[in-house]
Amino acid sequence: MTMFTAPAPLPVEPPSGCPFGPPAAFAALRTTQPISKISLPDGSWAWLVTRYADIRTVLGDTRFSSDTTVHGYPLSGMTGGPSTRNRGFIRTDPPEHTRLRRMVTREFMVKRVEALRPEIQRITEELCDAMERAEGRAEGGVDLVQALALPVPSLVISLLLGVPYDDHDLFQGLTGTLLSRTVPDDEREAARAELRDYLDRLVTAKEADPGDDILGRLIVEQQRTGELTHDQVAAFAALLLIAGHETTANMIGLSALTLMRDPATAEKLRQEPALIRGAVEELLRFHSIIRNGPRRVATADVEVDGHLIRAGEGVVVAVPSGNRDESVFADADRLDVCRPNAQHHVAFGYGIHQCLGQALARVELQVVLGTLLRRFPAMRPAVPVEEIPFRTDMSIYGCHALPVTW
Amino acid sequence: MKITLDADKCCAAGQCVLIAPEVFDQRDEDGVVVLLDAAPPAAQHDAVREAAAICPAAVIEVHA
Repeated sequence: MTMFTAPAPLPVEPPSGCPFGPPAAFAALRTTQPISKISLPDGSWAWLVTRYADIRTVLGDTRFSSDTTVHGYPLSGMTGGPSTRNRGFIRTDPPEHTRLRRMVTREFMVKRVEALRPEIQRITEELCDAMERAEGRAEGGVDLVQALALPVPSLVISLLLGVPYDDHDLFQGLTGTLLSRTVPDDEREAARAELRDYLDRLVTAKEADPGDDILGRLIVEQQRTGELTHDQVAAFAALLLIAGHETTANMIGLSALTLMRDPATAEKLRQEPALIRGAVEELLRFHSIIRNGPRRVATADVEVDGHLIRAGEGVVVAVPSGNRDESVFADADRLDVCRPNAQHHVAFGYGIHQCLGQALARVELQVVLGTLLRRFPAMRPAVPVEEIPFRTDMSIYGCHALPVTW
Repeated sequence: MKITLDADKCCAAGQCVLIAPEVFDQRDEDGVVVLLDAAPPAAQHDAVREAAAICPAAVIEVHA
């Protein structure tokens, strides 16, 4: 190779005029340079992997480590520093990863989550009732993010973890700061410390009085038997709380907007509600809201598609790019809610770190989108799309706000 | 069709259960995959192949 151009940062800008598209640079990279170099904020560089097959190869190979303390791990503001304390199981490798993840896998298994469906439906209907009563629908519209998209996942994960929902303003604010690409590092560190303090106090309270919830069970079954420390329980709380929030919330917002702008598809889903499951898979593929990774560091020299990645080199996997790879998804830039292989998407990642909460996310999306279509068939954006604040400044893509009327 | 599993590697993503619920289930204690039918009828073959193709930990092996 004879390329001496300095690597540019990870692409984030959507194609002009299309707020739903993945960063525009990915399409060209997949064709001309599927494994390329990007620069990182700390001045180092990492490999950027943009093809679907290579993404699955990297994420499916445990020689690519998720451990942020391994030298060369491509850190971002979102992943924080390489601290060994409170890093959560997603930043560990087997066998530690397997041990920690299995402590909570049953909480998110399909039948447990399916059993929650009526409760998720009830929460959704109540929030929709409140939306119907909301003032300001005519002038300026009701913000769907605050009225529905954020409260549903927030209420559900708070309920599951045993976090008082009354505290949601606090942890939603802190989560927002943690996931922002644009806040200064010291502000993000302060938010991280504040969230840690909050969860530290919460876990301490639960140690005295563990409830029938995920944190309570971790304390009784794992902490009291010496399998987990207090800090590790707090790390579980941080991970599940953050992961359970912004991801689903932004998928709800973007998906609702997409369906409002595509009345034919919305009508099809209203006529045939059974299509909603496939539609959710396609929306996950189409939106691919994780814009900052996943990230890995090679622990051995590994060849990927004829390309040597050396031990100690970082890798950033471009999920939105893999999900628009034409070699897997025909006419990939088109939303097709009946696409037969939509569930092959890598929106939840791939490999042993694939999203633990995916069954919950699916049910939340199916319930919320199905309910919105049924209850608010005339819903539409209250402002032109150019005025909707899209989250190009965040690690998780979506809308900061989505004013709607009906 | 004959199915074998490497359950030790399972990360309990649960997609196999969604795709082929008559062939796969999850263990109550930890969500790890359970094989309900190691030699499913032809009507299940497509779903099983699909489950094997998207299993994130490549746990499901399908033998002709």
